[in-house]
Amino acid sequence: MKRWPIVVLFLWIFAAGLAALIDLKPNQINLDLILAMPQNHHWLGCDDLGREILPRLLSGAQVSLWVVLVVTLVTATVGISLGLISGYYGGMVDRTLMQITDVFLAFPGILLAIAFAAVLGAGLNNLILALCLTSWVGYARLTRAQALSMRQRQHVMAAESLGASVPRIMFKHMLPLLAAPLLVEATYSMAGLVIAEASLSFLGLGIQAPNASWGAMLRDGVRYMLVAPHYVLAVGLSLMSLVLAVNVLGDQLRDRLDVRN
Amino acid sequence: MLKRLLGTIPVIFGVLLLTFVLVHSIPGDPVEVMLGESATSADREVLRQNLGLDEPLPIQFFQYVAKVAQGDLGVSIHSKKPIVDLLAERLPATIKLAALALMIAISIGVPLGIVAALKVDRWADNLATVLSLTVSAMPHFWLGPLLMMVFALWLGLLPVSGMDANTSIILPALTLGFGLAAILTRMTRASMLEVLHEDFIRTARAKGLPEKIVILKHALRAALLPIVTVLGLQLGSLLAGTVITETVFAWDGIGRLLVESIEKRDYPVTQACVLVIALTYVFVNLLTDIIYTRIDPRVRFSS
Repeated sequence: MKRWPIVVLFLWIFAAGLAALIDLKPNQINLDLILAMPQNHHWLGCDDLGREILPRLLSGAQVSLWVVLVVTLVTATVGISLGLISGYYGGMVDRTLMQITDVFLAFPGILLAIAFAAVLGAGLNNLILALCLTSWVGYARLTRAQALSMRQRQHVMAAESLGASVPRIMFKHMLPLLAAPLLVEATYSMAGLVIAEASLSFLGLGIQAPNASWGAMLRDGVRYMLVAPHYVLAVGLSLMSLVLAVNVLGDQLRDRLDVRN
Repeated sequence: MLKRLLGTIPVIFGVLLLTFVLVHSIPGDPVEVMLGESATSADREVLRQNLGLDEPLPIQFFQYVAKVAQGDLGVSIHSKKPIVDLLAERLPATIKLAALALMIAISIGVPLGIVAALKVDRWADNLATVLSLTVSAMPHFWLGPLLMMVFALWLGLLPVSGMDANTSIILPALTLGFGLAAILTRMTRASMLEVLHEDFIRTARAKGLPEKIVILKHALRAALLPIVTVLGLQLGSLLAGTVITETVFAWDGIGRLLVESIEKRDYPVTQACVLVIALTYVFVNLLTDIIYTRIDPRVRFSS
């Protein structure tokens, strides 16, 4: 029972992976089935073009998970590196970097990502770029704060006096001790990215038609809410299950690893 | 206090720089992108001059900052109106919506958090936790349509969208408010739990004060500090949330203006909306810090 978040997460990863292996034809139009209710061969019914909702949901899950994966890899690498440098060297470098993160934090929520995605132009790659540009800040702030106190630890000073190189101290002596809080941060950030990707595609800034994404499906679903409530419900509940699972996983990791906010 | 005030200057400068960079990160020729292919070359030249694109970048930035300082945010390409007027037209709707959402969030989140803390690990607490977790996992573009489906389409109690009726504001405000209420509930619960273990609560109970006074006057007042901080920070998400919520409910505020400007490639308007929302957020945070020092004498005297 306690493990349901990880089960839900793996179910989504598994289903999205499986759908990638066997082509379920998510973009196939069938005009006889426009807004069809869930039935025998179409488990979740069909959308406004008679395309089956279930394969499109899985196709949207692939997009969502792919965005989360790429953006997390890029932003965690950049943010953690910058945070380590900032926390290790301190002084001018640190002040400059913190000033830059302050500016990014002055843009609430996904506002900046929306703006960047808008000017870069719609499309999956630009969406990923926009999210990368704006999502590294959390990692940088957290790593910097932790590295700053870590700098005074005896084992770091010992490594320093033994003549260890700066990269060695950062990545071998400091980073492993930061793993727990960073893992928790990454988990929460992933839940945020699922929502961010869906928000941008809801605004038409993500992957383009006819390809499916959860945000775009929700937008279409809302339009036909009165005649085909199953459409919007299927997408909304999917999105909610994934975000909820990842968030609760973050809470569990935080308690398990004894990380304080 | 002065230090805090001065500290916002580089941030404001950075916000200006980033919004400036924004319009310059349009791939290709921005004039081409904004006007489309059917524009005449004379139109293009006018826009190029209006945007100051024929100047070197540092001078363009300087001109941008100077204009913003004078309250000139440029002219909309689409409607040809000054952007300041467009914003002034839309701002009241957004403020009304955000204020009502904030009131909803506080009047749900704080009491629910207190109850959860008092009944810790009992069914009321568990219910509050499950509720706040679930709502936290519902982005506005899912919670909004869900409320719309139940209250407008099925029950027919409230208008679906638009802003014609007096009751039109209720659904978008609930959408925005519920999300914030979920965060406030968790925050209030955690903060109250910490305070309830303090000695002064035991003292208050020991001297025979009624439980109501102990909770509301002694505990809540001390628990309020972290809640105010979170509220200040979350007000920003509330502003960002208006972008989606106003779009869902066709509520003519700044958020919808932003989305419309993106659809019309009216990037000066996009830039101005982003700038205004970010600056509002910076000032709200400044205000939160000031309020913080008012309600917590420790902060006032230590700095």
